[in-house]
Amino acid sequence: MTYRVRALLGACAVTALSTAAMAETITVATVNNGDMIRMQGLMPEFNAKYPDIQVEWVTLEENVLRQKVTTDIATKGGQFDVMTIGTYEAPIWGKQGWLVSLNDLPADYDVDDLLPAIRGGLTVDGELVAAPFYGESSMVMYRTDLMEKAGLTMPDAPTWTFIKEAAEKMTDKDAEVYGICLRGKAGWGENMAFLSAMANSYGAKWFDMDWKPQFDSPEWKATITDYLELMTNYGPPGASNNGFNENLALFQQGKCGMWIDATVAASFVTDPKNSTVADKVGFALAPDNGLGKRGNWLWAWNLAIPAGSQKVEAAKQFVAWATSKEYLETVAAKEGWANVPPGTRTSLYENPEYQKVPFAKMTLDSINAADPTKPTVDEVPYVGVQFVAIPEFQGIGTAVGQQFSAALAGTMSAEDALAAAQAYTEREMTRAGYPK
Amino acid sequence: MARKASTQRKVLVTAIAWTIAFLIFFPILWTILMSFKSEGDAIKAPFDMLMSPWSFESYAEVQTRSNYSRHFMNSVVISLGSTLLALVIAIPAAWAMAFVPGRRTKDILMWMLSTKMMPAVGVLIPMYLIFRDFGLLDTRTGLVVVLTLINLPIVVWMLYTYFKEIPGEILEAARMDGANLRSEIIYVLTPMAVPGIASTLLLNVILAWNEAFWTLQLTTSAAAPLTQFIASYSSPEGLFYAKLSAASTMAIAPILILGWFSQKQLVRGLTFGAVK
Repeated sequence: MTYRVRALLGACAVTALSTAAMAETITVATVNNGDMIRMQGLMPEFNAKYPDIQVEWVTLEENVLRQKVTTDIATKGGQFDVMTIGTYEAPIWGKQGWLVSLNDLPADYDVDDLLPAIRGGLTVDGELVAAPFYGESSMVMYRTDLMEKAGLTMPDAPTWTFIKEAAEKMTDKDAEVYGICLRGKAGWGENMAFLSAMANSYGAKWFDMDWKPQFDSPEWKATITDYLELMTNYGPPGASNNGFNENLALFQQGKCGMWIDATVAASFVTDPKNSTVADKVGFALAPDNGLGKRGNWLWAWNLAIPAGSQKVEAAKQFVAWATSKEYLETVAAKEGWANVPPGTRTSLYENPEYQKVPFAKMTLDSINAADPTKPTVDEVPYVGVQFVAIPEFQGIGTAVGQQFSAALAGTMSAEDALAAAQAYTEREMTRAGYPK
Repeated sequence: MARKASTQRKVLVTAIAWTIAFLIFFPILWTILMSFKSEGDAIKAPFDMLMSPWSFESYAEVQTRSNYSRHFMNSVVISLGSTLLALVIAIPAAWAMAFVPGRRTKDILMWMLSTKMMPAVGVLIPMYLIFRDFGLLDTRTGLVVVLTLINLPIVVWMLYTYFKEIPGEILEAARMDGANLRSEIIYVLTPMAVPGIASTLLLNVILAWNEAFWTLQLTTSAAAPLTQFIASYSSPEGLFYAKLSAASTMAIAPILILGWFSQKQLVRGLTFGAVK
């Protein structure tokens, strides 16, 4: 009897030890944004379901993270088991074979529930290479009180002509109220995100089907001319240094009549704790020019598993959990529906509870209005709405952004900026061996 | 009259010195002030920000989100370790260059300095591959080695200039008294060069503490120092100024305090040999 008890206890101990030994630690690299930080706080929920998987978080600023994970994945360094990557990296890395396919996620993951626009940008040759955690588009945020004072009504889907008229009427420079705030800071993810999306609605494009740059087209000229006119006449001073955060500060302090930027801004500008105009904000789709494309972008932060990871199975379980319907419900139960990561699943937008969240519908409509595989009016050889998913784009996009930022600052004309952008892009694309 | 002019001059010079010091210190002061505000207040116009209520909420949040002590210990080990290792290598090297210069000594000194002129990112991929193959990624040992190599040219140069100020006759006298090379360096040269060595040590600890390229690229979590702690609080889209300021203040506080207490030593070392 004693022997048996001992043997049993011994067996239990061995099992316990081996379970402990089986516990795996996966390293997850992520960006610093509200939804990601919230997920880190929900780790007890994950561990309740998967006690054998420990998660080590590495949170970094977006540009630092991009440089670091790119170095690691390109050298197969194996430092990370899960990486947070954007819709820009996913198709490029997927094509290189650097990412583990997620086609074999369990049936209850319901991959068909992912929003088609988002899923399309993450699929390479039929393989889902990353799972979307949070998606965003861009839209118009405007001051309802100033719009009323100007005697105008913002339509749900405004045109650029209306935006110009409203900007003019809302501007009151003596009172430091500027009709429109837009990005001006140079960078492929800064002013070029806005301008590329705006250009799409003007029928402009980065490249034609032969990969020839198109900055010498009348459509690009119209885009830049209108942008400069809007910003010079009705924009805040020093706008060539303004990015998302600078415009957010201006809008929250009541200095902008309209602001066209990421849908995620809606939760900031309507937060009474930080915004002086929280109860006076309306939303509308990004403007168009009647050509069938709106000037809004599409971006998602996604979880992907690098091919160099030694812990693919554990990483897959984590990715499936973090991007599941169940996760959305967990966040809703703990922090309320307004804090659920938006823009990834159809079922979320069908949920009557979520429909009550202001800006939920506008976010979904904005995302659906963008198609990364058909971003502009004409057919183009690239994927991406506000970017071109080729490795050379980061460098080219930033250099072109510097020209347009200089035009906004008044140090060069629109024509010179476009000519410089055309010359630079042509040179870089030839050097990179396009057309391929 | 002359005295009056000189007093006026003194006042003027003092005022200019204070103004310059204030301008240099201003960004740090502003960071510290901002760290005691809420996120909403931190992005207000400068005057409104100053007038808004003070709070510790950013510090509380940074404390709960990050493991400060781990990052801090990593920074201490990496900066001290690399500086001490660099000194051990550089003292004999500087001795040789200062007291037994060869025909090529000047060239060697220039060549060492030239390694600092290359942009670090140029060797990122080869370094990353070497670190991967030797299993040094995300280890303190790896960072100590890298930072030692990066700062070695500066350490050698600084020590070389200090050693040049020491009369060679004293070392000769020690040799006459029968001191061998080891005793000569340890018991005669080093004690005389203490101010120089101390300021080299302090300056390099500061340089290593602030190094933010390799420490970010070659670490993930276990060996990540305070530079990564700061980088985790910045974001292109979001409200983060107050938390970032709090994290920055916590990261620079130790080195500020160290600098404050050792400023006499630091100044003495930096001006060592300037007045004869």
